[in-house]
Amino acid sequence: MENIVDVMSLYPKDMNIYGDSGNVLVVMRRLALYGYAPRLHAYNQGDDWPEHVDIILGGGGQDTGQKKIIDDLFARANQLRDLAAGGTPMLMICGLFQLFGEYFETVDGARLDGIRVLGAYTVGQEKRMIGNLVEHSDDFGDIIGYENHSGQTFLREGTAPLGHVDHDGTGNNGEDHTEGARVNNVIGTYMHGSLLPKNPAIADWLIRQAVINRYGEFEPDQTSEQMFEMARLDALAEEARKVAAARPR
Amino acid sequence: MAQDQTQDQTEAQQQNHDDSAAANTPAPKRPWNAFATPLVGKAVREASRLLHHGGSAFPGKIAEDIDPGFLARTLGQLPLGVVLVSGTNGKTTTTRMVASLMADLGLKVFTNPTGSNFTRGVVSALLEQVTLSGKLDADIAVLELDEAYAVHFVHQVRPRYALLLNVMRDQLDRFGEIDNTARLLGHVAEATDGTVVLNREDPRIAALASVTPAHTKVQYFGLADDLKHFFPSDDDMATTVAVEAAEDAGSAEPATAATQSSASPASAPQSTDTLPADVTLTRVGDHEASFLISGESQPRTTTVRLEGVYNLYNAAAALAVVRAVQADARAAAVAPAATARTGSLAARVSAFAEADADALLDAVSRVTPAFGRGETIEVNGSEIQLLLVKNPMGFRLSLGSFPPAGHETMIIINDEYADGRDMSWLWDVDFTSLRETGVAMVSGTRAWDMALRLEYDRVTVEQTGTDLESAVKQFATANPGVPKHIYCTYTAMLRTRAELAKLTHVADAGVGR
Repeated sequence: MENIVDVMSLYPKDMNIYGDSGNVLVVMRRLALYGYAPRLHAYNQGDDWPEHVDIILGGGGQDTGQKKIIDDLFARANQLRDLAAGGTPMLMICGLFQLFGEYFETVDGARLDGIRVLGAYTVGQEKRMIGNLVEHSDDFGDIIGYENHSGQTFLREGTAPLGHVDHDGTGNNGEDHTEGARVNNVIGTYMHGSLLPKNPAIADWLIRQAVINRYGEFEPDQTSEQMFEMARLDALAEEARKVAAARPR
Repeated sequence: MAQDQTQDQTEAQQQNHDDSAAANTPAPKRPWNAFATPLVGKAVREASRLLHHGGSAFPGKIAEDIDPGFLARTLGQLPLGVVLVSGTNGKTTTTRMVASLMADLGLKVFTNPTGSNFTRGVVSALLEQVTLSGKLDADIAVLELDEAYAVHFVHQVRPRYALLLNVMRDQLDRFGEIDNTARLLGHVAEATDGTVVLNREDPRIAALASVTPAHTKVQYFGLADDLKHFFPSDDDMATTVAVEAAEDAGSAEPATAATQSSASPASAPQSTDTLPADVTLTRVGDHEASFLISGESQPRTTTVRLEGVYNLYNAAAALAVVRAVQADARAAAVAPAATARTGSLAARVSAFAEADADALLDAVSRVTPAFGRGETIEVNGSEIQLLLVKNPMGFRLSLGSFPPAGHETMIIINDEYADGRDMSWLWDVDFTSLRETGVAMVSGTRAWDMALRLEYDRVTVEQTGTDLESAVKQFATANPGVPKHIYCTYTAMLRTRAELAKLTHVADAGVGR
């Protein structure tokens, strides 16, 4: 029988601005190539929560998008915090990364609360941090992406960054050389591009956590065709990574 | 939450120009040296050309610096005013159409050449055209302006007409967010005195009617219901991964569910349907199109040289703005064309005002595609269509408009500023329509990103060639006689045309090669 894996795309209507659906596509396709049966749940505000959720993927949004989802996000906050505490892997990019933190204080002093899954808070600034970016991580190697945000995010003690950047003016806040945040199996990051296509190590880590949570172990059952296809995707990703890492900011 | 960069820039620009022709300053200040601006500008232009400076906007910069009122003063003379065209997709094609329709109907039209859709580019183009005494020999100006520069422009010159096409995610690394882009276009609507022409089918654009001043007329162009599926709105883009399909299929077809994005993204009927459109595109056929004009009971059909359903929708937009100008010209015309002195302004305006719908559609049938917007170049007996792609919606519309069957496909993605630096946008395009034919060649700086994107949509890529010029040459000359599509980003388009020009004659598009 098929091993189903339930993948949730969180607020795809309103929080999906920089090719965030690319991350969903990559998780779905790689799960299938590992021999699992991924099932996609697009969860938008007001929808019923699916019976089972193994991975949650969320993206960035515009101010209006954030306003539309914020009430629902708070209504679901306990559920999301419980899932996070229980080890459900999640990837939150940009806008939802900020909302998964403690709060966001805008330039004019207004404070918007987050749902406190991640020990991080964000302060608005005039200057936008924007451009190609490579960060370094012990678990995932070099992470290749593109950042585009103006909020400066700072991590609380006990919250690890996703990776470290080399240069001032890049990463979470442009100052402490951190990028992203990790708590339990939740990753928050400003990296898009989209993130997962060029960083299959992160995609596979999310998949592995999800499968282990659900089935106790990660034992891909691949046909040779699936293996071959996976190798082809990874070879292309490797070339794309090399080019992206060499592009100017 | 994300800080709005564009607005900051715009406000800064606003402050810089508060002292120049502001909205209610009818006569811009004329510096003592203004008489010399055309001469100096022309001299700089010539010098920069001789020195191969290359930047067509450079003379414009000099003119802006020494005489900031030049733009307002020169355009302010035009008897029929200024038509400003802006929006994310289709500016160039539509501007060209509006200018071409008006010229066809007898007006003297000034327009900015392709690619110079910022204020300085307009100033440079003006310098080329004005006489040494600063006169512009034109009845009306039709100007394409990038959203951010359109705001900069309207602080100097209030347009009489604004044609606002659409707001879509386009190089978010440059504009920030689409709602900001809509706000920028709102400033344009606010500054327009005659008629604002809006896309009824784009909710963010249609909503700009509410910020249009009370004395300004509002007109719409629209689509018949059965064509709307060609034009998903930006909000429909959000779910490229066919979520519904996956949910319907449950776990039955998990592997396909992820990538089987719907071929025709159905756009939910907008509540704007009830707004009356002045011109509606009702049908698209093989090189023909039908338009329903307000007040008529039946659509009119005409042949067209333009390709692609979105170009034909742009034609509806162009028709609507031309009709708005005509309405004002009719009201203002003092003498019928027949009695006015031949060749005089009065004669031209009267003839233009009197042109009927037949004449308008005839003029539409003569419009040719703009640079890179379905332009066809023949190499070795193969017709090669060049298709400029610069944002996910434009890419999707192009893929939907040019069926790949019977063609070979090449995609070239560069990542310079003009192309968009962030590759995220490729993941918002649904490429599954290329699955049957595959893609023969992928190239550009980000060739590997593109190849990876296609592979995730299970589209076979025959070859990835990172050297753009040799890849173009190989693709263009292979399989003579087989028609080809080349999708490319802006700088890739320039280099592709230059390479093709070595193989065959390529018309000068006015943007350099």
